[in-house]
Amino acid sequence: MTKLELQKTANEVRKGIVTAVHSAKSGHPGGSLSAADVFTYLYFEELNIDPKEPNKADRDRFVLSKGHTAPGLYATLAERGFFPKEDLTTLRHIGSHLQGHPCMQHTPGLDMSSGSLGQGISAAVGMALSAKTFGDSYRVYTLLGDGELQEGQVWEASMFASAKKLDNLCVIVDNNNLQIDGTIEEVNSPYPIPEKFEAFGFHVINVDGHDFDQLKAAFDEAKTIKGQPTVIIMKTVKGKGVSFMENNVSWHGSAPNDEQYETAMAELEKAGEELCQK
Amino acid sequence: MSEVKKIATRESYGNALKALGEENPNVLVLDADLAGATKTSVFKKAFPDRFFDCGIAECNMVSIAAGVATTGRIPFCSSFAMFAAGRAFEQVRNAVGYPHLNVKIGATHAGISVGEDGATHQCNEDIALMRTIPGMVIISPADDVEARAAVKAAAEYVGPVYLRFGRMAVPVFNDEATYKFEIGKGITLREGTDVTIVATGLCVNSAMEAAEKLAADGISAEVINIHTIKPLDEELILASAKKTGKVVTVEEHSVIGGLGSAVCDVLSEKLPTPVKKLGVNDTYCESGPAAKLVEKYRLDGVGVYEQVKEFI
Repeated sequence: MTKLELQKTANEVRKGIVTAVHSAKSGHPGGSLSAADVFTYLYFEELNIDPKEPNKADRDRFVLSKGHTAPGLYATLAERGFFPKEDLTTLRHIGSHLQGHPCMQHTPGLDMSSGSLGQGISAAVGMALSAKTFGDSYRVYTLLGDGELQEGQVWEASMFASAKKLDNLCVIVDNNNLQIDGTIEEVNSPYPIPEKFEAFGFHVINVDGHDFDQLKAAFDEAKTIKGQPTVIIMKTVKGKGVSFMENNVSWHGSAPNDEQYETAMAELEKAGEELCQK
Repeated sequence: MSEVKKIATRESYGNALKALGEENPNVLVLDADLAGATKTSVFKKAFPDRFFDCGIAECNMVSIAAGVATTGRIPFCSSFAMFAAGRAFEQVRNAVGYPHLNVKIGATHAGISVGEDGATHQCNEDIALMRTIPGMVIISPADDVEARAAVKAAAEYVGPVYLRFGRMAVPVFNDEATYKFEIGKGITLREGTDVTIVATGLCVNSAMEAAEKLAADGISAEVINIHTIKPLDEELILASAKKTGKVVTVEEHSVIGGLGSAVCDVLSEKLPTPVKKLGVNDTYCESGPAAKLVEKYRLDGVGVYEQVKEFI
């Protein structure tokens, strides 16, 4: 995909996020929107996956360690054709395959159930370890929130990944700087993030998480790194793409009402039209 | 008469893992800096490329095992019961149980027979915790023969299994040549008509000893070995309770939430029967030689015998 096509696709993903969370009347739009670009890049450019064969053995794996941003992943999987986009309006409804947090048994394209923070990275490490041990060539990716770095298990997993030289593992941190109780510094600062991962033996790449050129360069670089895992730390804007949600912590875990939904969708429609005129 | 052979079920676990490693190239073993104690070191020595020490980080180990299981390999992860079931409970529940992944948890040093290390390491709550996880199989073998058979069965079964092993050497009473292990199928070791003693783990041997003594007093005790606590062999327990009308449960575990509670759950709903639960009575235990502790907490043959007498 060209950069413009990726931007258009990410805009569609954002519409899917807003639609899903609005339908659910609950959920986590802020961190889904901040990660919409990386979700798009992963599922449309980076990952070796096939929507027609979601469980193919040699597929690259992705674990959404920050599982509460499931709407972002679901919207991306739907956009990529793993299931109909209409399903997004069933998010969090009784009987839906789209659970509040990812459930691998129900949703096509999910490699792991997640939602309890700090555990997804360990599961990704387990996948990478299995691949290394048995000579499989797939790569493993996992996306963490910056607040999630407060979980001790993240560092247990990081220590192990580095000690076992898991260079088939790519950790991504969505550094949008906000968590439910406030900014991550106000709550319990995990900064400086790059230095911490470096101390834990990672190859560290810092990027603007909304710039597809930088994302491409980072993921390409990660694949060349041998003997150590890579972390891509993305500076992002929570709520990115919906002006009234941007950098506003109250949109971490609340859904737009009908009026807010209309406003958000109009904004995204307009952004889409502008991209089409490029 | 020759001396009865004694082997700790953790030894059986290590040996069974090694045998599994030879049979199945997809078995991978994880430990959390206790390989020498959990006996996964036996596997490590034979298959160093398929053994991984996670260091002292049990929560990470359990979640890693979950990730390994998603790739179609069979991870066995090990620590003491206190840390595998206790510290990592939420990982077991959310990363293993919820997606129903094919992870085997080999928990050693369960119960008071940990001995000298004392209360912080004596896990009397693991069965209770694991029972609450939907789809979790819980196996608590009684001797070496049963423990090795259980490990093999756990590897063949697809889904999460919690295996409970002990630190202390215990008598080997099953005959390898005739012994058959089936997940979820209890074993009637001795038939009787006056009282049913349902036991698990090292308490099965205590129950057998108690039954001998009771027989000398003219009391006919039926002894049932429940090696699989979940799914529980309800049919066997109900049939025996119907016959004897009195049930005693014996376990090296808290009387809250363990085998006794599982038996009561079945009987209270389907065949209300007087039950006496023997185990650790809502207390922390203490340091001391393992066998002495088992005696003090009245879970040896004499203790079980006396308490059955008090009950009936």
